[in-house]
Amino acid sequence: MASDYTIRLWRGDATGGDFCEFRVSVEPGMVVLDVIHKIQATQANDLAVRWNCKAGKCGSCSAEVNGRPRLTCMTRMNLFQPGETITVAPMKTFPLIRDLVTDVSFNFQVARQVPAFKPKAREADGTYRMQQEDIDRVQEFHKCIECFLCQNVCHVIRDHPEHKRHFAGPRMFVRYAALEMHPLDTNDRRELLKQKMGLGLCNITKCCTEVCPESIHITDNAIIPLKERLVDEFYDPLTRLLKKLTGRQ
Amino acid sequence: MNSNGTFGEQQYYGPATVARTLRRDPWWVEALLTALVLGGFVVYATWVAFQPFDYAHAGPYLSPFYSPCLSANCGEHVSLPLIGSWWNLSPAFLILWIPAGFRLTCYYYRKAYYRSFWWAPPGCAVRDARSGYSGETAFPLVLQNIHRYFFYLATLVLAFLWWDAALAFRFDDGFGVGMGTLVLTANAALLSLYSISCHSCRHLCGGRLDVFSKAPGRYRIWRLVSRFNEHHMFYAWISLFGVALTDVYVRLVAMGILHDIRFF
Repeated sequence: MASDYTIRLWRGDATGGDFCEFRVSVEPGMVVLDVIHKIQATQANDLAVRWNCKAGKCGSCSAEVNGRPRLTCMTRMNLFQPGETITVAPMKTFPLIRDLVTDVSFNFQVARQVPAFKPKAREADGTYRMQQEDIDRVQEFHKCIECFLCQNVCHVIRDHPEHKRHFAGPRMFVRYAALEMHPLDTNDRRELLKQKMGLGLCNITKCCTEVCPESIHITDNAIIPLKERLVDEFYDPLTRLLKKLTGRQ
Repeated sequence: MNSNGTFGEQQYYGPATVARTLRRDPWWVEALLTALVLGGFVVYATWVAFQPFDYAHAGPYLSPFYSPCLSANCGEHVSLPLIGSWWNLSPAFLILWIPAGFRLTCYYYRKAYYRSFWWAPPGCAVRDARSGYSGETAFPLVLQNIHRYFFYLATLVLAFLWWDAALAFRFDDGFGVGMGTLVLTANAALLSLYSISCHSCRHLCGGRLDVFSKAPGRYRIWRLVSRFNEHHMFYAWISLFGVALTDVYVRLVAMGILHDIRFF
């Protein structure tokens, strides 16, 4: 049975705007993105919204639903009570283009600064070899769909935009972790992470993990292990001494 | 990138400029509860530290706030006689800084108190309370990086707590088990779970390796610790309550308010 909802959508661009209210009849099974499409089709034809797969895999439809960063295609309307007013706003951390569409190019510019995978020398038979247990850990990081909800919710850049110039953000830390923990990679990115990517700015409040639609344990499995690797290199004289004495890395 | 090094200007919109957040769920409940419970524990621990040693032990039981007892004024409960009789303050002062430092620099507690006390941020997608922010890059928060050293020290303290639990089986009339024996043993067990599940422990056990297949033993330990690590928050809270309740139990028995049940 259809239920009526009031949807408050942000309408506007970089010069200004405000929330506009729409009354929508919602059928069972609809998600927030369906409702936005319905408003676009029937009440606001010029509404700008970015979307693609509608299956939670492309990471395009990120927005803030009732203030919580979410994929609108994966947010079912039955989460809300019939008659409830639902607020849908664009991601706050990124510059607004129009309506629900933001300019997420910041993330791609930071991604370009990640030193690439640099494999060790091939085996004698010309191949690379690694065992399953060596690669299991980084598989989790490859689930990332680049929805940038973690970047959006991270307070380091959300509330302190001055840090954008020297903070990679949780999504990129996941990428750094995938490379740093890769059994074949030989690049050492720890100095870069400390000096230019601002790993120390992260105070591990775990919001990135909470909003990740792929349930990647960003803080526990990527950021904290990276922080510990930085401790090995820069803050733990005992480990450094042991490394020197044993000659092991 | 702009000439000033930023990637475009921050775009604020509508009510978000006024309101701290657009969230309408009770996001503040978690921060409030954490502040109350953590704050309550800090107040209780401080009160305990200032109490005389008289009510910190009862029969074979020793409160975990005073263990290992390092000063001569611990009497028969002295664990390691490092400090002479000149020390006339509470023996808790000599040892409490270790578990306090371990918890203060713990990756889980950092999240808890950054959210509930620092308000950086108070909740996800809720604006920070302060305009400036330097994270853990500057003094004093850069000291969070010495967490593993507190882990080493806390492991030593834990060994003494297990020793205390073992001594709690030794009554004046020989071997026995009382309620306090179980309480002290449970406390040591909960603290062990908290320590084993520590993120630094996970890293030191094997997390720092890139090629697990060359160190199968460390890989097995890392996997085991990782399973515990998934529940680190739970162990952090339950062990915190465990320590406080163990002290309360020993204190009440010492004061004669509770009678220790002797099972055999």
